Amino acid sequence: MATPGICDSANLNGGQKLAVKYFTVAITLFGAQVLFGLLAGLQYLMPDFLYGVLDFSVNRMVHINALVVWMLYGFLGSVYWLLEEESQHEVVGLKLGNLIFWVLTSAVTVVVLVYLLVQVGPGKESTIWLINEGREYIEAPRWADIGIVVSVLVVFYNVAATFSKGRYTGIAGVLVLDMLALFGIYLAGMFYTTNISIDQYWWWWVIHLWVEATWEVMVACIMAYGLMKVLGVRRKIVETWLYIEVALMFGSGILGLGHHYFWIGTPEYWFSIGGFFSALEPIPLVAMVVHAVFDAGARHAKNSNHPTMAWLIAHAFGNFFGAGVWGFMHTLPQINLYTHGTQWSASHGHLAFFGAYATIIIAMFYLAVQKWRGDVWMSGELPGNGWKWKWSLGLLNLGMVGMTVSMLVSGYVQSQIERAIEGSSWIGYFAAQAHPWFTQGMWWRELFGVMFAVGFVLLVWDLVTIGRGEKRTLVPATSET
Amino acid sequence: MATNQWWASESFWRKTAIWVTGGSFVVLMLLTMDTLSQISTGTTRVPAYSVINHRIEYKFDEQRRVQVPVIGVKEPLFGKELSEEEAEALVKLGKLTTQAKNCMNCHTLLGNGAYYAPDLTKSWLDQYWGTSEIREVQMVEFIKDPSDKLHNSMGRRMPKLGITDEEARGVVAFLKWMSSIDTNGFPYNFKSIEQEN
Repeated sequence: MATPGICDSANLNGGQKLAVKYFTVAITLFGAQVLFGLLAGLQYLMPDFLYGVLDFSVNRMVHINALVVWMLYGFLGSVYWLLEEESQHEVVGLKLGNLIFWVLTSAVTVVVLVYLLVQVGPGKESTIWLINEGREYIEAPRWADIGIVVSVLVVFYNVAATFSKGRYTGIAGVLVLDMLALFGIYLAGMFYTTNISIDQYWWWWVIHLWVEATWEVMVACIMAYGLMKVLGVRRKIVETWLYIEVALMFGSGILGLGHHYFWIGTPEYWFSIGGFFSALEPIPLVAMVVHAVFDAGARHAKNSNHPTMAWLIAHAFGNFFGAGVWGFMHTLPQINLYTHGTQWSASHGHLAFFGAYATIIIAMFYLAVQKWRGDVWMSGELPGNGWKWKWSLGLLNLGMVGMTVSMLVSGYVQSQIERAIEGSSWIGYFAAQAHPWFTQGMWWRELFGVMFAVGFVLLVWDLVTIGRGEKRTLVPATSET
Repeated sequence: MATNQWWASESFWRKTAIWVTGGSFVVLMLLTMDTLSQISTGTTRVPAYSVINHRIEYKFDEQRRVQVPVIGVKEPLFGKELSEEEAEALVKLGKLTTQAKNCMNCHTLLGNGAYYAPDLTKSWLDQYWGTSEIREVQMVEFIKDPSDKLHNSMGRRMPKLGITDEEARGVVAFLKWMSSIDTNGFPYNFKSIEQEN
């Protein structure tokens, strides 16, 4: 065993060494997301800022693509992180896994450079293949899509084969099936059609069935692992909860897809189906809060990693409020008619992605750093009372809540003036956008964005310094298994 | 012990998870098949591309209590009637252009996209274009180089994206066709451009 307090890869198993690489790229892209978000937000306030150089469309595309990719990297990293411990077997194709990591990362780099330097192309299929597909969230050109599919198939193989050779736990079973669904669904976004209704129909399969179904189950698996790890909750309990959550999430989320089919040309029966099932979607998120808070409380919050535990709790509440409450608020068609495609969606999107996904990946970052430094102590009485992780936790969460509420205020103004009064015309759109209440919201959003960015810098600083030189080692969570 | 209850057992919830997921997916597949048949091109909900040869209106439907697209008299786009194939080729050029120029990261289409610029679902019918006589020319000119055109009081402008004349005509064709899609009344209470006989 190496000296505690120093980042030494000898402290990690094979899968975890690879996971650290995924996490490093993830946090880099997280930074890019924050930066380009600030640029795009500033353009609302100063429209001539970078006009014709880095237009809003480019900044916003990088903002949301960095988001999707850093979260996927966070998930892949988390899966590799827990793989060997969970299966009690070495990753079967670690070399291949490493190779694919570099292939995928090179592809991501090229895609981002093309976004920034080439930006747009002529109205031909070659543009969709080489530059930009022009479909929100899945803008990556087709060549990159194929690369992504090949890469994730390798990861899938590694996960499925490792579990098959080692211990096939309940978490393993859910994870393998979920990854299969997650990657399979991506194929639904890989074709061109002129019919925009059909285009949007399948586009939502990718976006919704990722974000509101397979990603949710992915984080439920990570949560199950995390609770066993830091609190020492019994496997039987977390796995039973995991099945309950899968049943509730897929049971509500798969047909909850219908709430995207109100206005894209699809038949009216989606009003009832989408409305009903998406009204059920918050239920599993409540279950998750109960699960996490109850388990933490039952152990008097005694745990082996305070930052991880705090971010897991932030995840439980963030997921419930961001995805559950903010989503449900405008999901019924009678309300959605006025809010669809306004700042309401942006408000919900921000809190949901952060609350449901960013939080739990950050929890995993802390778990990784702890082990990397040789299972160091990360509970109470850290140097400086752990001010860095506490302040970054506070600033990131407050910054996000501030942005969310600001955009909601702007969203109210927009749905009232543009939609309800002015009848959704362009004049109505601009009347709302120029309204002082609206612009006020945009100013506050930017300010809270800066607060969030400060929190991010602090987070990175903390991740590279926490546990440095720490001589105390962790007292493992008392396992009851 | 309470943990021996069937409702607290792992195997009960595992089976439930599998059946619920499988069942939901089967229902989604059935609904998908039905929906795709209702929204394929040339249906009442999503008209054929040659609809651009006609006037398109957006009128209040007394029964549904929302506005619906109404296909009116012959009014060929750019004054030239197109065959079904020609119309499809032009709309396809337009749709590809909207993707290649990344329109969706400022605008919304059918309400989906970004919120920096107005929704394009019924942009063909928007009063912004003045009168229906000058609309087509105005739209083509605007799309080709919007940087020096009047936008709004805030100074927010669309950039020049290197769109050719042919591509701009394609985009207008695509927008006209899109305005004929039955979107269940979205956007609501829309105030349409005057289209006289």
